[in-house]
Amino acid sequence: MSSLKRNDILALSEMDREEIDLILQTAESFREVSTREIKKVPALRGKTVVNLFFEPSTRTRTSFELAGKRLSADVINISSSGSSTAKGETLLDTARNIEAMSADFIIVRHASSGVPHFLARSLQSAVINAGDGANEHPSQGLLDLFTIKENKGTLEGLKVVIVGDILHGRVAHSDIHGLKKYGADIHLVGPPTLIPSGIEQWGVKVHYHLDQALSGADVIILLRLQLERQGGGYFPTLREYSQLYGLNRRRLALASSDVLVMHPGPINRGVEVTSEVADGLSSVILQQVSNGVAVRMALLFLLSGGKHV
Amino acid sequence: MSEQHKAILIQGARIIDPAHKRDEVGDVLVENGVIREIATSISRPEGSCRIIDAKGKVLTPGLIDLHCHVREPGFEYKETVATATASAAAGGFTSICCMPNTNPVNDNQSVTEFILEKAKTEGVVRVLPIGAITKGQKGQELAEIGELVKAGCVAISDDGLPVMNSQIMRQAMSYAKIFDVPVIDHCEDLNLTNNGVIFEGNVSTRLGLRGIPASSETVMVARDLSLAELTGARVHLAHISTAGSVHLIREAKRRGIVVTAETCPHYFSLTDEAVGCFNVNAKIKPPLAAERDRVEVLAGLADGTIDLIATDHAPHASDEKEQAMDCAPFGIIGLETALPLSLELVEKGVLTLPEVIQKLTSEPARVLGKDIGHLGIGGIADLTLIDLDVEWTVEAQEIISMSKNSPFIGRSMKGRVLSVIVGGKLIENPSLQKA
Repeated sequence: MSSLKRNDILALSEMDREEIDLILQTAESFREVSTREIKKVPALRGKTVVNLFFEPSTRTRTSFELAGKRLSADVINISSSGSSTAKGETLLDTARNIEAMSADFIIVRHASSGVPHFLARSLQSAVINAGDGANEHPSQGLLDLFTIKENKGTLEGLKVVIVGDILHGRVAHSDIHGLKKYGADIHLVGPPTLIPSGIEQWGVKVHYHLDQALSGADVIILLRLQLERQGGGYFPTLREYSQLYGLNRRRLALASSDVLVMHPGPINRGVEVTSEVADGLSSVILQQVSNGVAVRMALLFLLSGGKHV
Repeated sequence: MSEQHKAILIQGARIIDPAHKRDEVGDVLVENGVIREIATSISRPEGSCRIIDAKGKVLTPGLIDLHCHVREPGFEYKETVATATASAAAGGFTSICCMPNTNPVNDNQSVTEFILEKAKTEGVVRVLPIGAITKGQKGQELAEIGELVKAGCVAISDDGLPVMNSQIMRQAMSYAKIFDVPVIDHCEDLNLTNNGVIFEGNVSTRLGLRGIPASSETVMVARDLSLAELTGARVHLAHISTAGSVHLIREAKRRGIVVTAETCPHYFSLTDEAVGCFNVNAKIKPPLAAERDRVEVLAGLADGTIDLIATDHAPHASDEKEQAMDCAPFGIIGLETALPLSLELVEKGVLTLPEVIQKLTSEPARVLGKDIGHLGIGGIADLTLIDLDVEWTVEAQEIISMSKNSPFIGRSMKGRVLSVIVGGKLIENPSLQKA
């Protein structure tokens, strides 16, 4: 396989292993670009990338922006506070106006699940989902796969423990869909109030106690806890949450000795993870960020019709 | 002599009139707005009346929809009395009951009178308004129910803004007994719904959409059954969609509690799988539920736990529906597809044809306590003529309703309304002319 089967990147649930392999291989070859003194290749010269973000984001938006720029595309950032949506324009009208200015790529983040799918159905531009509601965050899922593969050499048969808010966790959803395609043994841990109904049917195991899930873990993916969930009745206090589900040195010792600790960021230090662990030898959190640029370069490149060589 | 007053002779139809247990081939003569004669063969001199050859067709009492949204006053960009009644005629309905969530809310006699005046001047079928239970549908103070009934309301309901406070609901039920009107409840615990978008289950998990648990309905069904027992009011439960609710109602009826219940064609035809990949036209309250719920709704229809079928026709403009799933309004249209979807129950062996017609005619009439929904000599001439055999596909451009928000667009249907007669006036199905 040398090109993608699709014009948009909406969800890992709809991609097959062959396509994901192609993206990861392409990302591998782009990673070197970011280490050059002149971090630029001309692959997307003359193309326009629009970051259309209806939710605040620093990491993902910057990562897509750098990915576009390192491929020589023109990149525009639009955030909802500064856009026409504040003036009552509909979502579709906003997107159609951007497309009318000949945007080749629209990278969209929205608090509502399904918005990228809705835009992809209505627009000619390539749409990349940069996170939709509690649905998916496919580029994050891909960079997580990339980071695990880079460190472990393989994705197959690994025991991966995903901890935290699975219910609102679009990163968890994309990670699960991606990892399942490689036969990983996936364990979800969190309070029952934050575990979505029927998720066991995805072929994952669910635990309410972190200690019970960690034994022999090869990878621990911590999810960011939206601090406003406190008060939503999902758990009593951040204090109790961190006692039950926070990763610390004692718990880390229950996992495999070469375990990877991952987090999509931004970290709530002392809630999901102690600083000691987040900054420790097992942590690959900053590697994830670096790899994110390469993975997003690969997505833009492949969607523009670029053939992997 | 105007078209309205000319006699109509319908010949050779299979006449199905569940209220009188009639199912036989014969002729019906309509004169001066009433049914003059029903017999095996009626002959009249040529030119004295309009003759409809109905051989091979089915003639029933005019269908009655106990639950729809006409949107006027206030939301005329979604639907009006004129377009809703035209849509009703196309679907075979000769009477429609409209919910009070207009703007202003139908919580006082002026709004009721406005709707009835519009119906008289612009409507083509009967419009029976349902008044609000509480002022502004706010769930706090009772509306002037006596005045609403006097002005022409046939029932009371806060529908989509259900009364959460059980004490106020108890008072409403007790008070409604003075006027002997049904209290219709949309059973939903808004706290359990918690801004949910679709049914809580595999599909909501797959799509990352907030789920509405089945308990959101069943908790309120349980409350209302208990209050029905306490107050002895005429309680009617709207659009039942879950297995748990069917079980509760079945048990309550077995214990002798007086209660009636409806479901809608989408709850026995679809499940949450219809949401597919964020299909906004499958976003409804209560939400399309799981297969086990659909199966139990069918069982409830078959054993009489669910008394009748209503549409919950809820038109919304396309620019309201075409947006993020979270933001799009709840509701789908249903007047023009209810009959063929209900006829599928006959093919599936769930109900007989007379039973389907009963749930669309005499049962809603019984809930309302109105002398309609049957073919009595000297009674109001509201009739529906159906071709059971015609196969057709739902096409957006052929929909008569002003709004096109239907999950059934593109679906093939069997059975279509040819015409309705409302108070002796013949209305050909407008969508057949549009096709």
